[in-house]
Amino acid sequence: MIEIKNLHASVDGKEILKGIDLTIRPGEVHAIMGPNGSGKSTLSYVLAGRDGYEITEGSVSFFGKDLLAMEPEERAAAGLFLAFQYPVEIPGVANTTFLKSALNAIRKQRGEPELDAMQFLKLVREKTKALSMTDEMLKRAVNVGFSGGEKKRNETLQMAVLQPKFAILDETDSGLDIDALKIVAEGVNALRSPERSMLVITHYQRLLDYIVPDHVHVLAFGKIQRSGGKELALELEKNGYAEFGVNEAA
Amino acid sequence: MAATTETVEQVRAVTEQKYKYGFTTDIEADVAPKGLNEDIVRFISAKKEEPEWLLEWRLKAFRVWQEMEEPRHWAKLSYPPIDYQDAHYYAAPKMKDRPKSLDEVDPELLKTYEKLGIPLREQEILAGVEGSEGRSPAIAVDAVFDSVSVATTFKAKLEEMGIIFCSISEAVHKCPELVQKYLGSVVPYTDNFYATLNCAVFTDGSFVYIPKGVRCPMELSTYFRINQANTGQFERTLIIADEGSYVSYLEGCTAPKRDENQLHAAVVELVALDDAQIKYSTVQNWYPGNEEGVGGIYNFVTKRGACRGRNSKISWTQVETGSAITWKYPSCILQGDNSVGEFYSVAITNNFQQADTGTKMIHIGKNTRSTIVSKGISAGRAQQTYRGLVKILPKAEGARNHTQCDSLLIGDQCGAHTVPYIENRNRTARVEHEATTAKISEDQLFYCRQRGLSEEDAVSLIVNGFCKEVLKELPMEFAVEAQKLVGISLEGSVG
Repeated sequence: MIEIKNLHASVDGKEILKGIDLTIRPGEVHAIMGPNGSGKSTLSYVLAGRDGYEITEGSVSFFGKDLLAMEPEERAAAGLFLAFQYPVEIPGVANTTFLKSALNAIRKQRGEPELDAMQFLKLVREKTKALSMTDEMLKRAVNVGFSGGEKKRNETLQMAVLQPKFAILDETDSGLDIDALKIVAEGVNALRSPERSMLVITHYQRLLDYIVPDHVHVLAFGKIQRSGGKELALELEKNGYAEFGVNEAA
Repeated sequence: MAATTETVEQVRAVTEQKYKYGFTTDIEADVAPKGLNEDIVRFISAKKEEPEWLLEWRLKAFRVWQEMEEPRHWAKLSYPPIDYQDAHYYAAPKMKDRPKSLDEVDPELLKTYEKLGIPLREQEILAGVEGSEGRSPAIAVDAVFDSVSVATTFKAKLEEMGIIFCSISEAVHKCPELVQKYLGSVVPYTDNFYATLNCAVFTDGSFVYIPKGVRCPMELSTYFRINQANTGQFERTLIIADEGSYVSYLEGCTAPKRDENQLHAAVVELVALDDAQIKYSTVQNWYPGNEEGVGGIYNFVTKRGACRGRNSKISWTQVETGSAITWKYPSCILQGDNSVGEFYSVAITNNFQQADTGTKMIHIGKNTRSTIVSKGISAGRAQQTYRGLVKILPKAEGARNHTQCDSLLIGDQCGAHTVPYIENRNRTARVEHEATTAKISEDQLFYCRQRGLSEEDAVSLIVNGFCKEVLKELPMEFAVEAQKLVGISLEGSVG
């Protein structure tokens, strides 16, 4: 599905990713764990196509296509979704308007018919129920005045509506209390399927109790230092990142 | 907005229809010779077969205008001198010059209409004239092509209720006492350079009278179009809402793409008597000039409403996306006690467009209230200024004003300026002014694009969100089209 080979990326001339290799097959959930500043968010932005990152070496193939040559909206249409660590506020734009525009933009790019208001409403009602979101949240402006938990639920809702093939969850657990975390994790787990892959980016093991990964990778100093099964997360929880030369005050 | 989106073809259909039935003969006519002098003023007045008092009024205005100086010092606008002798001051549509088919119409203009989703409904209304009555929603349209009103729809139905909706030249003959009483009563012939010029040479425009206690059952709409080259358009609109009446009026404007600048200097006067309410909405989409700033309409407009009666209300809603230069300050004189003035504005300037726009709220009566919401969006190398006056006179006990003025910048070569004037002469009055300036952030754009929206759609979505408070004031049918226009105006502004 996605094949990252020797990926190097710089910001303002400073190299952040120093050769990432990662292959994710359909249905797999991979977790990337790492300390602050290890390049976790850079990796998610580079994959999603944000401006300001210079790819100096390497390649990313997504369903056989050159992902790095695509515009961000083309990546979205190809099935890539990024759940943001800090979801962005768009004042005056109703959440439903945003969702409908996004869904129809993607459908249009794929040559599928756009949904009309009724079809869309039916779909979105179905998805909100599962995430215990209210109609009121749908009417509010995108992420404006949302609590941390509401923002992350909103990201999950967008993912549920857009049905991506590959979802990157960037620090989805940050700013969530345990109840909110459970709701979001349930929403994410409901989307797991043999066709859909996920890349869960997190600093802490806590999230992985709820979204259980098939593979865990440790990212530090811009490189994957070690890979393993879900037990690697538990080991990190116990020993921290010291083993990888990272000195983090507890 | 209905009016704005009429295609050239629709208007052509109407003019041809009129020609076919031979309602008037002067439609075959003419363009007055270039230049401006007393003879031209007399020519226009004679063409309209105007009464003596109106000709005298025009001539008085013309003499005052000759002594006036063009106001070039205070507005933040820069443009080469206008040669007022190098334009035609009267042009009526000539059938022979109409495009024979859509192939002859400027394809750029057609593209714009196409993007707006050419509203067939309005085509029916305009082309079908009387025949389309009974279909909903009903919108009565007066189309002004160059200098002449070419068609007014739904007249008969409105007349049953005592509503007069016709061209102002017609009103001069039909109800001269109303015209004589109110024309120039809000914007006097000595008012300002452009308004005074308009008094001398105005050619047509719409007239509305709503009788006591009548709630006008449909939107009234005027469609203005400058078509002839080298022609100034000077329309004059007069709306009178008698005691306890209500009317919602829409105005739309378009012009073809031309390399030279064309002058548009309109005057709109509104009068609201006791308990009357006028809602005036404008979607201004005159040709803005090309990406290099060549061509486009110079739009110098005086719009003013008088809340003469107690509890009267006047609301201005404007969406200004066109014109190379916009100089426009729709105002309210809040004379009657408890009267209310509102100004909701979206102004978009892209490329080399310049706009100096805002409002004046003059509080005279007790407990008068005014609300100003201005949203300015600047992109490309455009410069935009909000200029607003809130004036509270000594007797305006308990007057209230709230002003909110937001600017949004796209790119780093445009400018937004806010110039509020507040004059308060009453201790019990309360005046509030809030202003913000923001840029569309990279974060917002990337977020939208990650969800599948193109950069242009993302900008359109974000800007529409920014303007929402104003757009929701537009009549429903037109709000959707205005949203699209917002997107179109900003095309090419990013990336």
